[in-house]
Amino acid sequence: MGLNDFIQTIFFLIVVLLMVKPFGSYMACIYMGRPAGLNVWLVCVEKWIYRICAVKEEEGMTWKTYAVAMILFNILGVLVVYAIQRLQAVLPLNPMAMPAVSPDSSFNTAVSFTTNTNWQSYGGENTMSYFTQMLALSVQNFVSAATGMAILVALIRGFIQKQMNTIGNFWVDMVRTVLYILLPLSIVFAVVFVSQGIPQTFNKSAVATLLQATKDSNGKLVNQQELALGPVASQIAIKQIGSNGGGFYNANSAHPYENPTPLSNFLELLAIMLIPVSLCYTFGCMVKDRRQGWALLAAMSIIFLPCLWFCIQIEQQGNPLFDKLGVDQTTTAFQSGGNMEGKESRFGTANSAIWAVSTTAVANGSVNCMHDSFMPLSGMIPLWLIQLGEVIFGGVGCGLYGMIAFVIVAVFIAGLMIGRTPEYLGKKIEVFEMKMASLVALIPHMFILIPTAIAVLTVVGKAGISNPGPHGFSEVLYAFSSAAGNNGSAFGGINANTVFYNVMTAVSMFFGRYWLAIPMLAIAGSLSAKKIVPSTQGTLPTHTPLFIVFLAMVVLVVGALVFFPALALGPIVEHLMLRGA
Amino acid sequence: MLRTQIRPAIVSFIVLTVITGILYPLLVTAIAQTVFHHQAEGSLIVSGDGKILGSSLIGQNFDDPKYFWGRISATSPAYNASSSSGSNLGPSNPALLDEIKARVSALKAADPDNNVLIPVDLVTSSGSGLDPHISQAAAEYQLARVARVRGLTQETVNQIVDQNTQGRFLGFLGEPVVNVLQVNLALDEHKN
Repeated sequence: MGLNDFIQTIFFLIVVLLMVKPFGSYMACIYMGRPAGLNVWLVCVEKWIYRICAVKEEEGMTWKTYAVAMILFNILGVLVVYAIQRLQAVLPLNPMAMPAVSPDSSFNTAVSFTTNTNWQSYGGENTMSYFTQMLALSVQNFVSAATGMAILVALIRGFIQKQMNTIGNFWVDMVRTVLYILLPLSIVFAVVFVSQGIPQTFNKSAVATLLQATKDSNGKLVNQQELALGPVASQIAIKQIGSNGGGFYNANSAHPYENPTPLSNFLELLAIMLIPVSLCYTFGCMVKDRRQGWALLAAMSIIFLPCLWFCIQIEQQGNPLFDKLGVDQTTTAFQSGGNMEGKESRFGTANSAIWAVSTTAVANGSVNCMHDSFMPLSGMIPLWLIQLGEVIFGGVGCGLYGMIAFVIVAVFIAGLMIGRTPEYLGKKIEVFEMKMASLVALIPHMFILIPTAIAVLTVVGKAGISNPGPHGFSEVLYAFSSAAGNNGSAFGGINANTVFYNVMTAVSMFFGRYWLAIPMLAIAGSLSAKKIVPSTQGTLPTHTPLFIVFLAMVVLVVGALVFFPALALGPIVEHLMLRGA
Repeated sequence: MLRTQIRPAIVSFIVLTVITGILYPLLVTAIAQTVFHHQAEGSLIVSGDGKILGSSLIGQNFDDPKYFWGRISATSPAYNASSSSGSNLGPSNPALLDEIKARVSALKAADPDNNVLIPVDLVTSSGSGLDPHISQAAAEYQLARVARVRGLTQETVNQIVDQNTQGRFLGFLGEPVVNVLQVNLALDEHKN
């Protein structure tokens, strides 16, 4: 890694770390109902929403009611997003006259955006009207993120409360998240993004006259360029903040209109990490033991940092096959060098690799370069980070509640080792919690590996593969990992806009989201009803370096063992073939 | 349990849609159009007579030796700004090597005496297919060719390249790059 790339990486990590405490404590204030500026000034709006929704703010819900409210709200989301896409041709704000989206693609996108996955089988700028982008997709960017954060807060209440049968009110958690956290952040980021060159307009595409005419694939002369515009910045802000990742444009944040400058790139990266990382601190504040929050952040970081270093390193080494062609891949002051296929000049290999690792550790899924063209081993890192269960920071809310499921597994294993009843934060971990946590740890695996196997065994599945050899298998494995992990990034060569992939990935996304969310709420309910056991000398401390390493190992062992055979068939064998060639 | 949640679900969905789907983008548009009108409309480059020449953020395709060439574009036709896409060719895909070989020979054909190794960004596809930039090394590689074809001194061309080069933000963020369309527009301007 060159010196400048090292500085960029460290600078990014330091800025993220500096945001953790201020932003984490702000979110804790919001969720604990303490005054924190915005929730004082906008309280009348909040109360007005409760009034017209007939929600009693102080009335808690049992975990089952909470789950019903969450599911109901999400089903409504799927229906509305589907309907808007099907009807966009007759709805307003469609200056480019986009026709209705096909039924299978609409269904896939509806599930994708409500589950916070933002897997896109369509290309944004030539499929969706401005109306659909704003009122269907952007809205889900907000509320799907808020859903994840609400569930996390309900789970945290399970640890704080003593012998209660409620875990908070879903509508209150939801409204507060949108109003006081996501919306203000989005406004600030969106305006800064416009200053960097991200468009924000309702005008139709601009048409430029080319300086040098070019030819299309049929040899016909082309002398105009149609520049697709739209209300982009407002959507990009929430896409990054809410770990959604669904681009306005097909090329996502590689598109110069979606990510025009190194500064916009840095801020978009920061927006990816901001909430997932800060929530660890929020957790520590709410359970009144900040060390517990730092411990979780540390366990995530000891997996994240080596992945980051490794990925940058491999990408910068470049592709050995290029060397024979008279191509210069060295990193100098005048070029980024390395494997530049699928990357943008203004970002170079370092910023592309940092993004790839961050967007997959966090279940964001936006991309500023094409993961499909990564070297086999550096392409394996994003893939594997998704397969670890999206718990290394993970999506907003869902990443941390996934990690807490792994904590439950870890204290259970540790409890078996030392022969004591496992506890976490003063709550006894018993059979019911352990069953639910196992579901959370194992269900994504099922919805990655089984559909991958089906896809590579069927003609319709194989038809979508674009690259030959083991790389083609990696494309399919990545697609279902991304879907079940609710990430949304892709090895983009795969042609996923077919009925087969639209339906199969939708199923993976759906179960990858709700079959984890519901068991987590069940854990919240069960913990909430328990007493708090005072800690004694025999209690396993969960903030020590020993436990942090132990927790990271549990995550690694579960992830690594399950997926090693599949990874061996894809990226690992491709690496060996490429080196041997 | 289900019944009591239906009204909050529907009403909150409508209210949040209005706030995040209508009011929020309208507010951002209002601020953007007032404060950053040029950027909000796509950073367009407009000629003196009002013709749109392109956008300073979106590349155009060049293969004439008198122009600097940009990255390879995987869109169809090249640099199609209404349908962005990368090549998505895997690192071991023979099609990737074929594409690079073709580009290498095109560059060699345009400048047979240049025996320097070719900077990698000049022979690979960008992620968006619309990359407006090339590295400084890629500009340097083409400098002698452009100067020769245009009958300009290398210093003159170098000056024009420098004027259209963006350094790293704050001296360390991102990569220093040359804006291909802007350089080529400036070169044509210079001739006149």
